[in-house]
Amino acid sequence: MRTDLWRSSVVVIALLLALPVVTVLSFLLQPSGEVWRHLVATVLADYITNSLLLMIGVGCGTLLLGVTTAWLTSRYRFPGARLFSWALLLPLAMPAYIIAYTYTGMLDFSGPLQSALRDQFGWSYGDYWFPEIRSIGGAVTMLSLVLYPYVYLLVRAAFLEQSLGAIEVSRSLGAGPWRTFLQVALPLARPAVITGLSLALMETLADFGTVQYFGVDTFTTGIFRTWFGLGDSAAAAQLSALLLLFLFSLILLERWSRRQARYHQSGQRWRTPPRQPLSRGRGIVALILCLLPLLFGFLLPAGQLLIWAWRSASHSVDLQFVTLTLNSLALAAAAALLTLLLALLLAYGRRLRGGWAVHSSLQIAGLGYAVPGTVIAVGVMLPFAWIDNTLDGWLRSQFGISSGLLLSGTLVALLFAYAVRFLAVSLNAVEGGLGRIRPTMDDAARSLGLRPLQVLRQIHFPLLRGTALTALLLVFVDVLKELPATLILRPFNFNTLAVRAYELAADERLADAAPAALMIVVAGIGPVILLSRAIARERCPESPSLLTNRRSDHAA
Amino acid sequence: MLLELDQIRVGYATTEVVRGVSLTLAEGEIGALLGPSGCGKTTLLRAIAGFEPLRSGVVRLAGRDLSREQWQLPPEQRGVGMVFQDFALFPHLNVSDNIGFGLRHWSRSDRRERVLRLLALVGLSAYGEAWPHQLSGGQQQRIALARALAPRPQLLLLDEPFSGLDVELREGLAREVREILRQEGIGALMVTHDQLEAFAMADRIGVVEQGSLRQWATGYDLYHYPADRFVADFIGQGVFLPGRVSGAGEVMTELGLLLGRMPTGCRVGCAVEVLLRPDDLIDIGVDDTERSDAVEVRVLERLFRGAEFLYTVALPSGTRLLCLTHSHHNYPPGSTIWVRPDAGQVAIFPVSVTD
Repeated sequence: MRTDLWRSSVVVIALLLALPVVTVLSFLLQPSGEVWRHLVATVLADYITNSLLLMIGVGCGTLLLGVTTAWLTSRYRFPGARLFSWALLLPLAMPAYIIAYTYTGMLDFSGPLQSALRDQFGWSYGDYWFPEIRSIGGAVTMLSLVLYPYVYLLVRAAFLEQSLGAIEVSRSLGAGPWRTFLQVALPLARPAVITGLSLALMETLADFGTVQYFGVDTFTTGIFRTWFGLGDSAAAAQLSALLLLFLFSLILLERWSRRQARYHQSGQRWRTPPRQPLSRGRGIVALILCLLPLLFGFLLPAGQLLIWAWRSASHSVDLQFVTLTLNSLALAAAAALLTLLLALLLAYGRRLRGGWAVHSSLQIAGLGYAVPGTVIAVGVMLPFAWIDNTLDGWLRSQFGISSGLLLSGTLVALLFAYAVRFLAVSLNAVEGGLGRIRPTMDDAARSLGLRPLQVLRQIHFPLLRGTALTALLLVFVDVLKELPATLILRPFNFNTLAVRAYELAADERLADAAPAALMIVVAGIGPVILLSRAIARERCPESPSLLTNRRSDHAA
Repeated sequence: MLLELDQIRVGYATTEVVRGVSLTLAEGEIGALLGPSGCGKTTLLRAIAGFEPLRSGVVRLAGRDLSREQWQLPPEQRGVGMVFQDFALFPHLNVSDNIGFGLRHWSRSDRRERVLRLLALVGLSAYGEAWPHQLSGGQQQRIALARALAPRPQLLLLDEPFSGLDVELREGLAREVREILRQEGIGALMVTHDQLEAFAMADRIGVVEQGSLRQWATGYDLYHYPADRFVADFIGQGVFLPGRVSGAGEVMTELGLLLGRMPTGCRVGCAVEVLLRPDDLIDIGVDDTERSDAVEVRVLERLFRGAEFLYTVALPSGTRLLCLTHSHHNYPPGSTIWVRPDAGQVAIFPVSVTD
């Protein structure tokens, strides 16, 4: 009886969490309206072209940065190699929209770099050529700079896992270091490369802030504009559905590469190759190659933010800013707690009574993490608005009272959207932690005289505390950074750090946006520290799991 | 009686895993359940511990009902300790706290004393402050044992207690555990798939197959007087030698007249088979060939096992037998040697198509 209650509540929660995606996908089957035909005739081709260009560009960029740094830090000893092995993850803390506006401030006409050039050489406007940062190329650069750590982390782990044998055999058969890298090491790491790449590309497709700021028309900006500019929710949902198809193909690619990975990894624990020392000259080259992504992906923009924040602190850090911060923190904490509770409920449901229904429910519930915030927002708004209107209409006709907006336009909608998007993060951490509590431990505690609830308190609670905190932290930070869903779903006059930073930046008040942006970046360092601790322990198979599982284990 | 199982049945949705098992274990006795993997022996153990409900039957401990049809005492109220295959030590507690886990209602000083005594008993006095992950497999095993023994259970259940350990470690530890159980005067029932382990530990051994208890007897009786062909096959090695009943308790075979207990329904002239263990055949080399019961056999295979040789030999008719000899009796395959049966009472099985 009790387990049936568990099972049905698990299924109901999963279905609720699947609601946005199902809603959006159902619009694929709807007859297309006038706005949709207009979109197809005018901008759809641009959206697709730009999205593809972004994917190709970011794909190349993250591969170049990620694989190079992974190879250097996993195989060679050079000054700072140890430091780089975790510091190269720091750009993960930098949301793309923040790095985008930071670089805009640094590189545009009135920015410090161009001003300095003009002063130095006595140029004036029009005398010289300077690359335009607000372009698709700029977006590719920004996204590559913050997304390469996905590739780096996974490929590095793969390189560390490769047996020394394969490398030594290759060398003994007469292949030099370059040929060994290209023909042995890289092909062996291919599943990791594809996984990292598809994660980076999913983020690229989900990005809203960067492309919106740079004026590059992609699906996410198109959805936003169709909804708020043209006021056509159906067409927005249809665009969303199309974007989802793009994403699902990436998920399939990623799943496929994971299956390949299973064949490649041997159960045996092989000797990891010792890092080879590099000559002085080559060591410096390696140092520079690793320093560049770190410098441009984190140190420079973070430094610039710090300077701006310092300068603008006196007038931009006021009571409003404090409210803003408290709003953000409270919202993120609430969302983190909510997802943790849901994750615990689902994970215990699976532990107590598995079965295919519960298992597939968990898979569906984890789907949200692959879905862009913009799409989730659309998928949440449509059904919630419908419920509100229906309820309101019914109450009016029956009792002559109005319920107003109960769901849409309230924090309920926002929290629900966060739960949909970030449940997989919590669920993964909790399931990992729960998996370490073997069922025999429960039995042992029972046979030593504990009642079931005492087992929960004395065994499960202390053992799950660490993973629960991890889950809370990860979701907390993800919610702090989240932009598009918050932008669309937040209640009227309710602002968060991310929204404020975005709005100020959009108004060209870059320095004023810096304090909020800086706080988000600082918070984002938390998960990076978690990851780097895993790396420091050098238990290579574990370091990537924290990151990849977040996105993909429950993604499809 | 300490433990009584009366016709217990355990099952999941559509499959019955334990099919009407009955056995008894006396105070201070150690029992073992032996069987191939998936035979239901672990489920049986978990039913006694209270982790699996019964479909029917009764589990009784020292005269008190633990489980009946539709009713069971929760595991924590049974006074039954359990040692798990994976030890299941609590990773967030150190060794002392693990051992003291079941002593929550004891006074602080009693608990401390009991923990120290158990640490000494398992020979790990220096490890009270250590963490489970810092211990070797054998040490973890001993702590798991100490933890289960701490609350002085009336009965201790051990689920494949040595299967996770190195072979060298197993034998010594099995002897140690037996000694500790004796000292504490605690009856125990263990599950294993290793018959040598069962022989080393247990006073009574049950052979389980497909959820049924085939035989519940001492190791000696299982080996020499198996109740049926499955037990005969499962325990030890041996071959079935065809023969014909020639009188009361007498079977005529190619090795001559063998004596044994007659299965019911076999009369003179019945075709039967006799279980012949490798040690039932004595190699008499070439010295004593004048004996009336000496038989000439040809060596087919030779397997050196350290202290002994195991030969596969063939009778003139081609029937194959196994023969165990001293490690000095080294005959190359193809050679001819003389053997004689020394079986005492052999196990006799009727020949039928189904059995």
